[in-house]
Parts: sequence; structure tokens; C-alpha cells
Amino acid sequence: MRAQNFFGRSLVTVSTWPIVIDMGLGLCALALFFSIVHTATYWMGTPVPMAPISHAISALPVYALYSIGRIGIAYLLSLIFAIAYGYTAAYNPRVEAWMIAVLDILQSIPVLSFLPPVLLAMIALVPGHQLGIEMGVILLIFTGQVWNLAFSFYSSLKTIPREMIEASRIYRYSAWQRFWQLEMPYAAIGLVWNSIVSVANGWFALMACEMFPLNGTNFQLPGLGSYIQTATYSGDTHALISGIAAVILIVVATDQLVWRPLIAWSEKFKFEQVESADHVSSPILALLQRSRLLTSLPGRLWTRLEEPLYRRMAQTPSCRIVQPIDQEAKRRKSSLYLKTLAVFVLTVVGWEAVQGALMLRSVTWPDLRLLLEGAGATFLRVNVALLISAMWTIPVGVAIGFNPRLARVVQPVAQVLASVPATAFFPILLIGLVQLGGGLGIGSVVLMLLGTQWYILFNVVAGAMSIPSDLREAASLYRFTRWQRWTTLILPGIFPYLITGMVTASGGAWNASVFAEYSHLQGRTLQTIGLGAQIDAATDSGRFAILLLATIMISLMVVTMNRLVWRRLYRLAETRYKLEG
Amino acid sequence: MQKTETMTQAAATGATAIIRAERIEKYYAQPSENRIQVISATDLSIVPGEIVALLGPSGSGKSTMLRMLTGLSRPSAGQVYWHEKPIADAEINVSIVFQSFALFPWLTVLENVEAPLQARGVGAAERHERSMKMLDTVGLDGFETAYPKELSGGMRQRVGFARALVVEPEVLFMDEPFSALDVLTAENLRSELLELWSKKTMPTKAVFLVTHNIEEAVLLADRIIVLGRNPGHIRTDFKVQLVQPRDRKSEPFTQLVDYIYKVLTRPDVAPEQAPEQAGPRVRDQRQMRYQMLPHARPGGVAGLLELLLDRGGRDDIYRLADDLAFEIDDLLPIVDAAQLLGFLTVEEGDAAITESGTEFANSEILRQKELFREAAQQSVLLLRQIRRALDAKSDHTVPEEFFLDMLDEQFSKEECLRQMETAVTWGRYAELFDFDAGRRRFVLPDALEEEIAAGEETR
Repeated sequence: MRAQNFFGRSLVTVSTWPIVIDMGLGLCALALFFSIVHTATYWMGTPVPMAPISHAISALPVYALYSIGRIGIAYLLSLIFAIAYGYTAAYNPRVEAWMIAVLDILQSIPVLSFLPPVLLAMIALVPGHQLGIEMGVILLIFTGQVWNLAFSFYSSLKTIPREMIEASRIYRYSAWQRFWQLEMPYAAIGLVWNSIVSVANGWFALMACEMFPLNGTNFQLPGLGSYIQTATYSGDTHALISGIAAVILIVVATDQLVWRPLIAWSEKFKFEQVESADHVSSPILALLQRSRLLTSLPGRLWTRLEEPLYRRMAQTPSCRIVQPIDQEAKRRKSSLYLKTLAVFVLTVVGWEAVQGALMLRSVTWPDLRLLLEGAGATFLRVNVALLISAMWTIPVGVAIGFNPRLARVVQPVAQVLASVPATAFFPILLIGLVQLGGGLGIGSVVLMLLGTQWYILFNVVAGAMSIPSDLREAASLYRFTRWQRWTTLILPGIFPYLITGMVTASGGAWNASVFAEYSHLQGRTLQTIGLGAQIDAATDSGRFAILLLATIMISLMVVTMNRLVWRRLYRLAETRYKLEG
Repeated sequence: MQKTETMTQAAATGATAIIRAERIEKYYAQPSENRIQVISATDLSIVPGEIVALLGPSGSGKSTMLRMLTGLSRPSAGQVYWHEKPIADAEINVSIVFQSFALFPWLTVLENVEAPLQARGVGAAERHERSMKMLDTVGLDGFETAYPKELSGGMRQRVGFARALVVEPEVLFMDEPFSALDVLTAENLRSELLELWSKKTMPTKAVFLVTHNIEEAVLLADRIIVLGRNPGHIRTDFKVQLVQPRDRKSEPFTQLVDYIYKVLTRPDVAPEQAPEQAGPRVRDQRQMRYQMLPHARPGGVAGLLELLLDRGGRDDIYRLADDLAFEIDDLLPIVDAAQLLGFLTVEEGDAAITESGTEFANSEILRQKELFREAAQQSVLLLRQIRRALDAKSDHTVPEEFFLDMLDEQFSKEECLRQMETAVTWGRYAELFDFDAGRRRFVLPDALEEEIAAGEETR
């Protein structure tokens, strides 16, 4: 019945709408052009570290434009970097292990630790323009987005089925053709899902990166993050609410206008033999696909560009001679270029390490004790936040997951909630906490919770939904007690999903600690004992040695936890608790 | 000497080889002095005008051989020539039809077929025309805008053929192209392939088919090469003189199938035509410490013996496989296992049940386990060693790693794991030991452990 309805409607629209859609697209292009010009003039202007922020609602669209622009550019950079990094790691067995270990470490470093070096470097690189500061902030957001994308692309490349690679070799694909017809499509789904997470991380970082003190100077860039923060400090509730509403609106709109169409579109890259029954549908994608302009123009342009390229590449050796897939053959090809690169990287790393060690000499014993205490406190806080999240999300998530109708409504909402940056709510929560008389010690746990629990929730819901109904029927048929049901069916069933959610949440909580443990509020500085607070304080006062040491400690703890706890649980989930078939 | 033989062969067919492999070998170097030989030095050539079938049990390196001949994999020693030019510098023109089809699911049928032409720099218009023509030839007219996942398995393999043939390869390689299809579809595709070949609709000069299906080989091939394993080597290479179309029921056909079965089931006996001698570096199978465990389940052995007993204790292996609708790869390991355990003997392609085999087949399950245990401990070194180690250690557990290290000297990494897997299955069935998959350790079964503990206490 419903399908018929939909079909009828689509028949009508097919004949009348394309022109309107094309015009709409034209308008969008015009708007995009205007925003680029506007942003460019602002960027090329003289640097204004402390831009005044207007709290008028009419100023919101421009601020939103700046913020979206920053995240968008950072995301594009991340994507390019991730693809280049993943590609290099996957195809160079010599550096592979190293590159992946480096990625693991970089991923564990909180975004704000990158702030001073990145920003100072960028301002020095582009002096006399706003662009310098902007590039610094964009790079910061980049560091919050890039790592999971790189991991995703790398692991996709490593799991391409052998016969597909052989087919591409025997038919003598050029690297270019292999990239567009095999590697990119194969990695597309992973990249789309990780892009969602990345952009959410980007918003999270943006809220704190638009306004910060560094080495005594206050920086404040026009954007939604600054808008919300300044509104909080000045106690302008009206502006605060409209700012948060704008963020939520943008997140929901991104979900509907970008991610859903992308997910629906990327389904064609699913590596499956038989078409699966469940589909993600997106009205926006259907609409876009009906646009004549969009469906024919880029395709034709692309072909025009590609054809000569293919003809030229057909003459290269890789397209004339079948390239072997053996490891041995590849190893022999380790070129001079790679060697010089390795030497260069090693020199830079060595030099930096020496500089870092020299810098660390200024750290005193009391400093170190404070740092260690902070590490302990933050460690406890992160795990308490995880525990609390798990405690409420497991029963709730299972209840939702076992009720398919409810799950269908809650699942997308939880996903959007996870994308709403918790940092946007931090100021408002802080004010509430201060008025209630609670300290930042408990407050920061609440803040971490806010940022992380949604990941666990929607993973648990997905896990509960994946438990086959015949197992549940068997459990009720044999009259399992409630305890038995939980221990033999539900918990093992959701285990892999729970672990996935917890790993993501744990990473998020560590990152959030830096934002949560330290804050300026209405002229006061609120802080509690913790590594995150130390990082913030060190950035404020320009004590880079402390910053470096605190960062090393956080990174060490996260990597150790990953190696010792999460990876083992992951393996357990993959082997014992996998529901097959 | 080998070389002259190849030359005379080529001269006999009145043409020079398109692809000629000269003493190609494949081995994997180990950290220790030993190396694992996958294929021993082999000569092979593909000449115009024939369909060559490469047959062999699993583990004989059929696929490795195909990949070396196509240039996808470089031999560890020896050289492959394409029209007498080393393959690493030659612009070779071959195609492969894959077992898993290896189509790109995100490209339409037409785009899949066009892709190889695109790689060769063929212009858009010509690409389209040639691909459409090829799709028409393989019977996929009207499916060009479909995606592979919308098609059935047979249709998908047709796309695979169209993609392979559209580049007009000189040699068409096929890696078990029909084994993922159902029987009827496979039969249909085979006959269509033969028709394309015999009517010269495809410009291909030679076809090289890797298969484990003996009937398929006899049905299609002009020449059959049978590989043996440990390490892979050519056991026999002969021409099939039957005229096309071939009748499966005819006497010469079944005789030929029977002959190949005999060769395959008796790996230690030289076939009528002498196989070439392996290089001096290759270790002799008999000097090996561990025998290769056939990858069969004890339940399969029991089933085969019971069936054999039903047939009066003796039957033709070929007929057994036929009646069971088993592929050779499925049946041979079971026969090998039963033979290794002394439950049956193989003579002239016939399997005959032994005395202990008869007792095994007639017993109930607990007694069967007992008999299996005795036989396994007696004839399988690895199982005996595991049990001894378990008995000797005070905590009665031994890590898997320990035995993997010993197997490592003799088998490739994957084969080690498969050997271990089979040993675990057999040991568990025989209640010789148990295996804790979580800790990757061998342990004594609970009952036994309690017994031993009780014994120690009373002592």
C-alpha cells in the first residue's frame, strides 16, 4: 500500500520537477560562490585575534557560515591526508608497521594539546593576514577528524579480496584506474561512516577552538563556538539558546542533507553477492538524482578529462606488463625516494625528540607530582563516566532494541544526538552546576557523560536488534530465569557492539577531559585536579614543558589501555561472541 | 633433456609455445636453513590450438602454477617465457576467469566489461561497441545496465567470460570457473564455452583450465596435466584423443576418468608415464618426519567405511564419488585418512576395507572412538607426540605454539594451521586430549585429568 503510494507520487514528479530542482541547485551554487568570496576577503584582511562577537540573532548566519567553512575545509584536508596516509601505509610493507603505530599514538593525543604548536606555527607562516590564525584553527579541527578516517581507509585497502586485486592486475589497470574502480569504491562505505564520526568530532573541537587563551593572549574568532561561549559568560540566555539551537539545526540538517543521501548512495559499493533486503532511503538523494544538471554534467565533464588520461596511461609500463602481486617482488622495489624520505623523517623526529627532552628539564618535582595526581584523577573520572554510561545504556538499549518499532524511532535520534557536540552544552551546564554548588570534579564527569554515552547507547541498541529472534524464543521456551537470560543470551549477544561503543566512548571521554576539567566562567577560572586541566592551564600560561609532559602521559595511558584492555576484549568479541549466520 | 622434450612436443603440434615455463619453482624461505617447497622445478608449455586442463588434489599448487604462468606471481627460480621473451618484460595478452567471478559490484555489467579496454586506452565509442558485441556473444543482451548482484551466479560468470574475452586474449586462463555454480548451470556454460571455442568465435589461441573436477577436465580438455603434491610436481601429462562432443557414458570416457582417479589416489606409485624427476634440493616425502594429515573428519571416515561395508567391503572410488555426488577434493581426504589409519587399502582405484576397518564400521560409537584412538596413536606421529607431552607435564597442558614450531619446519604457515586443526578434531574425537581454544593450549580431557588426580592422591 505504502509502496504503491510512493510509486504514484514519484511518477508525477518525474515529469514536472527537474527544472525546479536544477534551479534550486543553481541557487545553491550561487550562495556557495558568495560565501567563498565573503570568507576570502575576511581571511585576507589584517589579523584580528580578538574579534568582537555580536549577540544579535541576525549575526548567527554569518557565524554559522564561518564555523561550517572551518569544519568543511578541515574535513576535506582530513580526507585527502587520510587517503594519502592509508595508501602509503598499505602499499609499503617496510614502513607499514611504523605508520600504523604512529597513527595509534596520534589518535590518543587530545586535540587541545596540538593547539599551541599548530597555532604559533601557522601565525608565523602567514604573517599579516587573518588566514594564519584561521589556518591554525582549521588544522586543530583537522587533528580531531583525521585519524579514524586514515585507519578506515587503510584497513579497507588491506581487506580487498585477493581475486579482485588479481583481476585488476591481469587486466593491467593503471594505478589511477585501480584507485577509482577498486580501492575507492571498496573503501567508500567505511569512509562515509567514519566521516560522520569525524565531522561530529570536528564540531566538538570547534566549540573550544574558536575561543582560547594562549600564552597570555586571548584569541576569539567569529563563529558559533565563540558566540555560545561569550553568550554564556555575559549571561545572555536568549543568545545562548539561539546559538545552541543553531548548532543542533546544523547538525540535523547535515544529517538529513548530507549524510543520509551519502549513506543511501554508498550502498551501491556494498561488497555483497546478493542484494540485501534492507535499504537506507533518502528522499534528498532521490531528488538530486532526478536533477538533469547534476546527473549528466559532472559525468560528462569527468569523462572528457579522463579519456585522454587513460589513453596516455595505457602506454606506461604498468599498463603494458602484468605486475606481480608477490610480496617479494614488491620488496625489491624499495626505491631511493623512500630511503631519502625515511632518513628525512628520522632526522626530524630525532631532532624534535632532543628538543622535547631539553624542554622537559624545566619540569620540577612538584610539577611532576601534580601531573601524576592529575593522571590518576582523570583516569578515574573517565572510567567512572564509562561505567555510568554502560549501567544505564545497557538496560535501556536492550529494552529499545527488543522493541523493533521503538528502535526504529530511537536509533536515528541517538545517532544525531551523538553528533551534537557536547562542548556546546558545557557552558550552560557549568552555570547550572555552579549555581547548585557542585564542583568541577563531579561536573567534569557529567560533561564527559554528555559526550560519550550516546555512542554506547546506539551500539547497544544495534546489538540487541542483532540477536536472532529464534535464540530469544528458545530462551523463553526453556523458561530461562531473568539472570540466565542476561548472562547466557543478552550480554554475550550485545558484547561485540558494546565493546565497539565503549572503545569509541573511551576515546571521546579522554578527549573531553581536556575541555571538561578547566573552564573560564564569568571572569573566574574553574578547575579541578586532572591531566586535562593541566594541559589547559599550561596552554594559558605558556608552560609548554608541562603541556608536553601531560600530553605524553595522556597518550601513554590511552595507548596502554587500548593495548591491554580494549584490543583483547575486541579479539574476544571477534572470536567467541560473534553471532554468525 | 627436459628442454628437448618440450621442443619436440612443440614441433609435433607444428607451432611454437605461446607460454613456456622453464624449470619454474615456488618456495618460501624460512628463517632456518629449510625452506618450504610449494612447487618443485617444473617445465610446462602452452601451445596454440589446445585446451589444457590442470588437475590435482588441494595443496598441489594448481592456483600457484596458474599465477606464475600469467605473470601474477614470479617464480622463486626458473623463468616463464611469453613468445620466448621473459614474462617480466613482455607485453602479454591473457585473461583470467576467476572462481569467485571477481566482478566489481559497483560497476554495471557493461562497465565491468569495458574496464579492461579502458585500461588499454581504447576510446569510448569503440569500447562501448566491442563490449556490447561481447555481451551479445555470451548471451547477456539487455543486461548491460544491471549490477552484478542483481544477476544469478551463472549470469555473473557470463559477465566474467565477457570481460575476459573482450580484450581478445591469446591465452584464456580459467581458475575453477564453474565450481561456484550449480551442476546444471555449470554444464550449460561448459557446452557454450566449447561451442565458442570450436566455432572460433573467440580469437583465443589456447585455453588453460585449472580444475579439481576430473569429468570436467576429460569433457573439455585436449591435454590433461595431473599434479601431485608435497611439493607440487607434474605426475602425468597426456593428450585426450576423444572427439568432441564427448559422451560421459561412453567406454573410452569412463576409462580415462578411471585412469586419472587411479593416478590421483595412489600418490606413491608412479603412473604409467613416468613423471619427471624433481630437483635435487627437494626433500623426499618419505624422509619427512610428520606425515601430512588429510583434512577429513572422523565422522566422514566412519560414514565411508559403513558405506563400503554395505557394498560388500570393496568398491571403485570413482563410483563411490559418483554415487555420493562428491567432488574429488571432498572424497580423497576421507579415503586418505581411512588409509592412514589402516581401515582400508587402495588398489587399482578400488577401495577395500580391512579387518580393523570392518570392526570399526560395525561398532557402536564408544567402541569406535576406542578403535580410532588406538589406530591414531599408532600411525599418527603428531597425535602421539601431543599425548605424550600432555602426560609428561605436571600440569597436563601444552601450548599449541610448541607443536606449531615443530610443524613449521615442514609445512607452510597455512598448512601448519590446517594440520593443527585436523589434529585437534581427531584428538578430540578420539578423546586423546582436549583443546582450549581460548588459551590455545592442549589439555587432557576432564575425565582423564580427574582420574590421574585421584590416582596421585591414593598414591
